[in-house]
Amino acid sequence: MKKLGLIVNPVAGMGGTVGLKGTDGPELLRRAEELGAVPQAEQRAARALKALVPLTEDLELLTFGGSMGEAAAVACGLEPTVIGSGSTPRTTAADTAEAARRLAAHGVDLLLFAGGDGTARDICGAIGCSVTVLGIPAGVKIQSAVFATSPAAAGQVAESYLRGGIGREREAEVMDIDEDDYRRDILSARLYGYLRIPDAGRQLQGRKAASAPDEQAMQRAIAAELVERMTEDRYYIVGPGTTCRPFMQMLGLEGSLLGVDIIRGRRLIGKDASEREILEQTMAGPSSLILTPVGGQGFLLGRGNQQISPAVIKQVGKENIIVVATAEKLSSLRGRPLLVDTGDPDTDSYLRGYYRVVTGYHENTIYRVSDRA
Amino acid sequence: MADRQRVHPYIPNSVPEVKAEMLAEIGVDDIDDLYEDIPEELRFRGKLNIPDGMTSELELERHVENVLSRNQTCGETISFLGGGCYRHYVPAICNEISGRSEFLTAYAGEPYEDHGRFQALFEYQSLMGELLEMDVVNVPTYDWGQAASTSIRMASRITGRDTILIADTISPDRLAVIRTYCEPVTSIELVGHSPTTAGLDADDIKARLTDRVAGLYLENPTYLGTVEERGRAIGDALHANGSLLVVGVDPLGLGVLAPPSRYGADIACGDIQGLGNHTYFGGALGGFIATHDDERFVMEYPSRLFGICRTERAGEWGFGDVAYGRTSFAVREQGKEFVGTAAALYGISAAVYLSLMGPAGMRELGQHIVQKSQYAMKRLSELDGVRLRFDAFHFKEFVVDFSATGRTVAEINSALLAQGIFGGHDLGGEFAALEGCALYAVTEVTTREDIDRLTDALRAYLA
Amino acid sequence: MEIQSGSRLRNFHQAKWDEELIFELDTPGQRGLHVPEVEREIADTVGDGLSRIPASMRRATPPALPEVGQMRVLKHYLRLSQQNLGADLNVDIGQGTCTVKYNPKINERIAASPKARDIHPRQAESTVQGALRVMYELDLYLREISGLDRFSLQPSSGSDAILAMAAMTHKYHEVRGEADTRDELITTIFSHPSDAAAAAVKGYRIVTLYPDEQGMPDVEALKAAVSGRTAGLFITNPEDIGIFNPRIAEFTRIVHEVGGICGYDQANANGILGITRAREADFDLCFFNLHKTFGAPHGCGGPAAGAIGATKELADHLPVPLVGHESGRYYLDYDVPHSVGKVRGFYGAFPVILKSYAWVLSMGAEGLAEAARIAVLNNNYLLKKITEIDGASSPYSGGKRRIEQVRYSWQKLYEETGVDTHDVTRRLADFGFHLWQSHHPFVVPQPFTIEPTESYSRDELDEYLDGLRHVVQEARIEPQTVKRAPHNSVVHRIDDSGLDDPEKWAVTWRAFRKKHGERAGKIRG
Repeated sequence: MKKLGLIVNPVAGMGGTVGLKGTDGPELLRRAEELGAVPQAEQRAARALKALVPLTEDLELLTFGGSMGEAAAVACGLEPTVIGSGSTPRTTAADTAEAARRLAAHGVDLLLFAGGDGTARDICGAIGCSVTVLGIPAGVKIQSAVFATSPAAAGQVAESYLRGGIGREREAEVMDIDEDDYRRDILSARLYGYLRIPDAGRQLQGRKAASAPDEQAMQRAIAAELVERMTEDRYYIVGPGTTCRPFMQMLGLEGSLLGVDIIRGRRLIGKDASEREILEQTMAGPSSLILTPVGGQGFLLGRGNQQISPAVIKQVGKENIIVVATAEKLSSLRGRPLLVDTGDPDTDSYLRGYYRVVTGYHENTIYRVSDRA
Repeated sequence: MADRQRVHPYIPNSVPEVKAEMLAEIGVDDIDDLYEDIPEELRFRGKLNIPDGMTSELELERHVENVLSRNQTCGETISFLGGGCYRHYVPAICNEISGRSEFLTAYAGEPYEDHGRFQALFEYQSLMGELLEMDVVNVPTYDWGQAASTSIRMASRITGRDTILIADTISPDRLAVIRTYCEPVTSIELVGHSPTTAGLDADDIKARLTDRVAGLYLENPTYLGTVEERGRAIGDALHANGSLLVVGVDPLGLGVLAPPSRYGADIACGDIQGLGNHTYFGGALGGFIATHDDERFVMEYPSRLFGICRTERAGEWGFGDVAYGRTSFAVREQGKEFVGTAAALYGISAAVYLSLMGPAGMRELGQHIVQKSQYAMKRLSELDGVRLRFDAFHFKEFVVDFSATGRTVAEINSALLAQGIFGGHDLGGEFAALEGCALYAVTEVTTREDIDRLTDALRAYLA
Repeated sequence: MEIQSGSRLRNFHQAKWDEELIFELDTPGQRGLHVPEVEREIADTVGDGLSRIPASMRRATPPALPEVGQMRVLKHYLRLSQQNLGADLNVDIGQGTCTVKYNPKINERIAASPKARDIHPRQAESTVQGALRVMYELDLYLREISGLDRFSLQPSSGSDAILAMAAMTHKYHEVRGEADTRDELITTIFSHPSDAAAAAVKGYRIVTLYPDEQGMPDVEALKAAVSGRTAGLFITNPEDIGIFNPRIAEFTRIVHEVGGICGYDQANANGILGITRAREADFDLCFFNLHKTFGAPHGCGGPAAGAIGATKELADHLPVPLVGHESGRYYLDYDVPHSVGKVRGFYGAFPVILKSYAWVLSMGAEGLAEAARIAVLNNNYLLKKITEIDGASSPYSGGKRRIEQVRYSWQKLYEETGVDTHDVTRRLADFGFHLWQSHHPFVVPQPFTIEPTESYSRDELDEYLDGLRHVVQEARIEPQTVKRAPHNSVVHRIDDSGLDDPEKWAVTWRAFRKKHGERAGKIRG
């Protein structure tokens, strides 16, 4: 008997249908409703849940009442166990967080949620990586890498995972979007944290193909390459992201999970460094900047990161930037370039071009970095 | 040029009406338009200097048979040739099964519609596993040389060391392949053999062991036909140094000879050509690699390993790839080799062969070969000036030293050929110390009469 | 879902014998074959022979091979063969990039001749003039087809040929004293993974190029990739997705300018025979898969052969021996001054070489060109029909046409129905079809790759299309039928979860018995 947790953020995605960017906060929500916006998340959740109907016999579905999940489940003919309810008349971020905590406490095998980055952030803040999670995309703005590509795809991955068809999980980045910037048409995302998601790449097996290496193994290969290349005297500024973590681990260093760290002589000399600290170090000696795309949209540098500023970039120099990413990550971009958006057009322009991305041990990939999506 | 354009039997849509219909469906006037993405400077506009097609099978078969008629076969000639390719009996059922269209023309389908192929190859792995007394055997690779190369590289990755010792009694052909595969990433050092027994010296090897030695590769029986008796001592010395023992073996003798796992081999490799496949001018080779069921070793195989598993139906069994996402990374990682098309059909023949032979057949075969080769060795050594080069137990092959006869191996073989005999091949070009020597192979296909005719012909010529 | 009337789809059901493993047929005492006893005189002279085996090398216990009577062994493997879908039986266009075309049975009969089978590689050359002539003439034909100057037929497969290319590239630079500095090899993501993997075996650091947004190999990326460390470029053209790179000559020029060597992976040559060659694109090396393009059978995964060709300049590095011809005599030519040595025992996969030789003779120059043209016609016909299926797409806008094969995507179908590419493949097995996805990584999402070649008739192509349409319809109206497939194949959905677990996996029957408990009877039940 498997336990599936479900959280629907009923207001996620409402804004988009009426031209609003997001519905975080009661004001925006009211406006959206005034404009005739229709809740979408429930429909999308139901779409995903349809794939799970064949497992009903062996599945216990736990959720919150009404629009936070019960309604979507019932619409599919499932019989959910309701373990709580959200605020009335409108649910809040706190409700999402509470639901996540309670479902985690119930020991669910998978927590499916329908929402956007905001919802992902709320869940991440509440339970971190303690439970395997998967997002059904229903938000307007999806920067986080924790979502399936569509509701039906989410259902398919969930069904496969619960059936035991996916043997591994991996960590994926949760991005936090600056609301004010967003409403002014500026995408300013910062790495908020990580959620643990099913490693759906594992279920793909091609019979004739050479082995499909798993994501973690490839990240370790990248780490091995970086470690081999390191020189004693150099400062290494290591950006955040799942691909950089195995590198820190291989050196036996405990870096900050979300911030920028500085290494020299294989020792951690700066943890969660500020822009000022980074500038001081890079002026002291030759430096390299190790970056990996963060989130689901391929951003190498977004506005949300304050530490790696245009000044830092100018100081380090483009030729000393080492980009790392797994082949699967690059493939997921579907040919779109890696993106930079530092807030300074000149710096963005400076960073444009082709880079040798480290994709494995003794393996590079030439990939394009651009400042336009 | 013929004035009637006939559609080739292999190209059904070449019929003009069909072509036209299909072009119309695409919305294109001429097939040449489909090549419009190829710029003119890349287009070949000449005529290939290849003969006009022999489109009738009748002409084709007649022509090729005529070409092949200038081959003299081992069926028409008494043959004592060996050295990595052997004339063993090929059971009729092996031909029957390897000729079945369902197997012959299949490739890489799923373990559903190609379940048969997966089961046949799982059985091949399993049958070889029993012969070798090891729990993991891969789907066939190209040949012994490549299997040995891969085994050596596996040893290197597993131990994290970059040097391999190789017994210098190795087949030169295989050593050449190993060099191509392993250098420059792995260093090769040759280890000498005893001039009397062709055996290795465990003490000498111990002295060569450093913390850079990943392992030692030896063949047993050796290329020269001798059987190494000190495998256990060599293996122990290697293990004490954290190195691995890699042994290359001819499976045909394993009905009577101890498999490498019995004297400490960590990796065994070899060739399956003799297990139900013809000599085919050296073109029907297939390699195998076997290890114990140790995760560290399994994760280093670059080839496919078929495993048995359940399906969703109770009582039903299926197959799949073991550890498919197989990667392992040490800090000093070496690229694993590649997966591609190799020699699967010969693996299926080998499975059929071993199924037919069973333990009794393999024992009978081993005994037969031992007796017959010992008989040949005795008869040859009775000739004046002819002696057996090594004082050791031999299986199937042995080195005959003609240097005291005053005739070169080339001269001797030329004379034998005139008598309808392929004499053992000249080792002088392969081993400096074996100038004037030849390698003779005797299998269950050789008759007593063949051996007697050989000795009679030699006696007459050398007189 | 019922097969619609008018559809060419068959009411297929695969043979299912529920056949045990050979080990379960074990009946002590039964014999499959007898080996003759040695002649009496021999036994009298040398005794039983076995007592002379040194004690340490004597086999202690017989190998635990099953004991099965002859007819039952035959039946067993015949039943397994019936549970296999060879190209001869189905419309085998779904194994894209494998070039699964007709393997003429006359070539099998020719290769079964004792004159082919019963010759030994160490025979005196005068006694194998026929075999040497076959190899020599095939070398000449391949020179014509490629425009290059000399071929070795030694490599055991395409991947082995790539290894030979990597070894030759290395040797080329070594002779010039530059092997140490030139340690990088460039390839593309849509070339075969072996182009990277085999090169890595020789110690090269691999630099991979991604296509531009139209799917074309990216010249700017190549320019960013080359340097004084470039040893060479190995590339397929057309690539596995079917797009022909029109700027290939620019690619080779850029690499030559930095002193690198260009190797042409001609795995997809079937669509361009007689149309364009390695020579015009200025390649130094190339190879052909004889078991693909040249009509030799795939054999469940081999034997195979990769014929590797070189320009005059690089020919000195080819593996030895080559085959030469002088004054009416064919010979094994070891006079290759800077040869890389060997990539295979002896001279090459002779049965595969012989069948390819016969195929070329059957086709002739015009037949080769017609085969290519019809293969491309078939391919573009399918391209049109498949992209009309709602749910399927052919990604990338580059190039108007597709040569030889196409990599399509089910992404739209997946997003709309949750049915993915593996589900579709399993369901197609219910109609007697294969469908393969792609090499890894899946750059094209939810990929499937189709390569019709010239061998199948239009009706057969239409049958396959009806199969695709049927499954797509089912995905929309009864997705569970597709997701739970196959239903009419040899077995049902496989649970391979244990195959990644060292405690559970079993590569041999003996391993299985150890891990899952001894069982007296059948594994069934």
